[in-house]
Amino acid sequence: MTKNRVPAIEGWFTLDDSNPQLLGLRDPESNTYFFPKDVSVSRAPGHSQAKLEEVALSRTGKLWSYTTNHYKPPAPYVSADPFEPYTVAAVELGKERIVILGQLADEVDPTDLQVGQEMEVTLGTLYEDDENEYLVWKWKPVAA
Amino acid sequence: MSNEVAVLGVGMHPWGKWGRNFVEYGVHAIHAALEDADLDYRKVEFIAGADTMRNGYPGYVAAATFAKAMGWTGIPVASCYAACASGATAMEIARTRILAGMCDVALVVGADTTPKGFLAPSKGERQLDPDWLRFHLLGATNPTYFGLYARRRMDLFGATEEDFAHIKVKNSRHGATNPNARYKKVFTQEEVLGSPLVADPLRLFEICATSDGGAAVILSSLDFAKKHTSNPVRIAAISTVTPTFPNTVIDMPEFSTDSAAGIPAPDRGFKDSVAAAAYEEAGIGPRDLSLAEVYDLSSALELDWYENIGLCKPGEAERLLRDGDTAIGGRIPVNASGGLGCFGEAVPAQAIAQVCELVWQLRGQAGDRQVADAKVGITANQGLFGHGSSVICVR
Repeated sequence: MTKNRVPAIEGWFTLDDSNPQLLGLRDPESNTYFFPKDVSVSRAPGHSQAKLEEVALSRTGKLWSYTTNHYKPPAPYVSADPFEPYTVAAVELGKERIVILGQLADEVDPTDLQVGQEMEVTLGTLYEDDENEYLVWKWKPVAA
Repeated sequence: MSNEVAVLGVGMHPWGKWGRNFVEYGVHAIHAALEDADLDYRKVEFIAGADTMRNGYPGYVAAATFAKAMGWTGIPVASCYAACASGATAMEIARTRILAGMCDVALVVGADTTPKGFLAPSKGERQLDPDWLRFHLLGATNPTYFGLYARRRMDLFGATEEDFAHIKVKNSRHGATNPNARYKKVFTQEEVLGSPLVADPLRLFEICATSDGGAAVILSSLDFAKKHTSNPVRIAAISTVTPTFPNTVIDMPEFSTDSAAGIPAPDRGFKDSVAAAAYEEAGIGPRDLSLAEVYDLSSALELDWYENIGLCKPGEAERLLRDGDTAIGGRIPVNASGGLGCFGEAVPAQAIAQVCELVWQLRGQAGDRQVADAKVGITANQGLFGHGSSVICVR
């Protein structure tokens, strides 16, 4: 039986498997972007009256840095059993000029990464239970 | 008009994993500071307390908790929380009250009892709390952020794993005879590099632990100090700045930075602005420093601070370290106390403990770790959620 594929959090990204996108907000007055969408008014100083619009963010950006966790983090992280090290990457989107964290896609070897290289957003499994596979955005290198 | 206040006394309870009530550590530190100041507690006119979030309600109202523990005297109190910067914020509240002429003598205190292991978010499912979400969606522990900064230094500036280990070795030598330090072992480069990876490239012995501990300082107006003592250490500046939009360096516990697409990033980034505000207030610069106490939550982070407090330009911190400039005996010793590497972090007490070290150093009372002819010192620290903290002491 195949499991339901559900987002680990609602409304943070599209579920388009081939071209997923992170969902943010844009303040058109100051051309400032926000991710996640946890603002009710623009945080750009002087633009609190701007009408925020939901936008899909650029799919690609440059690797700002990355690190591999070798210890099991505390709850509410749901760890695989046995625990597997995982990598967290920070990527700066060129157009939005915003650095966003995400896990590295499972199939990517972090030892091949280099700060500054081009990355793109993809979907991956965060954890599973008996019925569902919980999806989250992840980063992977843009295929050369 | 001078914005200076005097430090009449300082005191600490040794850092460790004692497992006792945090109030006990704070009271111990207060008594030590009173003794150091040669002052009766009943002369204290105000208490500023740095809160602990891990010890229930008494921790949220730290100033009142300590006022009660010392025996109610009816004085006003203020409790505050600014994560790792709480101690500096409490000092700023006390200083402001003194400078406003509302009191002559104020006590600042912070103490903590900490659980084992990673600092984890508070319990319960909270899908609107970024601190909860970063653990749930990313597994982004605090060392994850330290690992990101360290890796970026390697790729951008050529920092090596040996540099990161070197910091730990240097600070372990500094703190080895500090009676208040928790870890007094002198580490070798091999031991540090042989410890397990936590957040690549950082290893277990390069990431600061959480500790129990307590620290207190007694501040007064310069007029009061003149009558009570001679040549006290003075606080010349306290910086408690927040970031300026857009903050373009990823900070705990965030998922993202601010966007710089529309409004350009300020010339000075947040961590650079922390010490800059203190220098400006004190009317001095990095060249005037005798020593610095900075927040080495990881060994690699100490290198960032060299640049953030203006000891060198971006990308030059590794050279400063390798040349021995930041070891005791060098041009500008950093973390003569042993730093967080020797203490572990007792959140509300740590920024106060940094000032205790400066005071001992400036008085020439630092024993084996004494920095020769110390006259000016700075502390620097950054608390979660945008709390800058920096204190400049002079004598």
